[in-house]
Amino acid sequence: MRYIDEYRDGRLAKDIARQIATLADPARCYHFMEFCGGHTHAISRYGLEDLLPQNMQMIHGPGCPVCVLPIGRIDAAIALAMRPEITICTYGDLMRVPGSNGSSLLKARTAGADIRMVYSTLDALRIAEAEPDREVVFFAIGFETTTPPTALALRIAIAKELRNFSIFCNHVLTPAAIQNILESPDVRKLGTVKIDGFIGPAHVSTVIGTEPYEFFAEEFQKPVVVAGFEPLDVIQAILMLVRQVNDGRHEVENQYIRAVTTFGNEKAQTEIANFFELCESFEWRGLGEVPYGAVRLRPQYAEYDAEKRFSMVTPAVKDNPACECGAILRGVKKPADCKLFGTVCTPDTPMGSCMVSYEGACAAHWTYGRFREHAKASERGRAVA
Amino acid sequence: MCLAIPVQVKEVLSDNMAKVTLDGVSKIISTALVEEVKPGDYVLLHVGHALAKIDPEGAERTLAVIREAALGEAA
Ligand code: SF4
Repeated sequence: MRYIDEYRDGRLAKDIARQIATLADPARCYHFMEFCGGHTHAISRYGLEDLLPQNMQMIHGPGCPVCVLPIGRIDAAIALAMRPEITICTYGDLMRVPGSNGSSLLKARTAGADIRMVYSTLDALRIAEAEPDREVVFFAIGFETTTPPTALALRIAIAKELRNFSIFCNHVLTPAAIQNILESPDVRKLGTVKIDGFIGPAHVSTVIGTEPYEFFAEEFQKPVVVAGFEPLDVIQAILMLVRQVNDGRHEVENQYIRAVTTFGNEKAQTEIANFFELCESFEWRGLGEVPYGAVRLRPQYAEYDAEKRFSMVTPAVKDNPACECGAILRGVKKPADCKLFGTVCTPDTPMGSCMVSYEGACAAHWTYGRFREHAKASERGRAVA
Repeated sequence: MCLAIPVQVKEVLSDNMAKVTLDGVSKIISTALVEEVKPGDYVLLHVGHALAKIDPEGAERTLAVIREAALGEAA
């Protein structure tokens, strides 16, 4: 596949890893956070961590919209779905996400709720148009990548005067969350490892551009390299970060120039700005309340806002207190440090946000990492024997 | 969730839609969120929408930089 295969060349990746090892200063440690679940997945799937020198650690950030959705929002959607006049449309990723007491949208559907999986916001619109007697609610989730398609659906719904279409908005914003990782009150409680630099989001940045990270790089004196999701993109970005750290620079650099520009996709940004405004605060599962961490529909579109239209309430639901997601997201702990990992908590029975989607740190470690660790341990065992 | 894949535009349709292919599989997607596309262009497809156009020159430059870095020649 063009623009994919050529960025998966394992030999080149190893060569770059060797350059990284040459450049890395043995007298120091390098801690880099990849914010996005897409990067976490690439790192685990291609075993990139194994290619890096001992004194370099990747910290897996909170960048997966499914993972950071609070349980209460799932509960609220399930409660709404139980009303006979309601049809909920949502992306497949959300169907299995557990709500309280083992509930999920999938189970609610089995129990008779009208919940339909859609591939695109346009499918939800089609359903609303074809079934005027149903109240069609689009359960919207995602970062800056999925917000423009939701905005577009709203534009079309208004133009077509579809009165039976509304949106349950759960669109969150990445720059706010990256900032939160470094400065939230939890940082004091959990302690924190020093993060020396960030790999910036790939597809989010196609929309917002690299410019929004400038303030952050300057304010926190941390380098940010925006990178694509293929393994060569990631390893190249790590090399760029090592160079910046060694030079004492903290700039925003763009590795993903084939799709990301400085100012991003202005058409998509305008579409977002037309229909959405900032929420002062929004709960991220694993991170807690993030100031300006999400958007909501502008008040003039209240009739399309499912939360207002159906007076939805979001219960406050706590994660299991043994769940270490908060510390894992900040790099203080690793998935295997959690008592629940792999026993009580697995991708089929996730207890915390990091296990919910395959992009979460715990799920990635469950799927790929533990076998490598096992392999390494038995290698060590052989070496000793 | 944040999966987006490069697909090639085969045909531009009315109402900001386009026919694209991915490994021979055809799909109709929305191109309302990007500037004008034409057949042959590659776009990043995300939940049924083109999110960005792929810049072939940028793609080439990235590969060149990666190859240089692999040799340890880049500054
Ligand atoms: S293994 Fe499960 S409970 Fe433990 S930190 Fe990860 S998501 Fe939370």
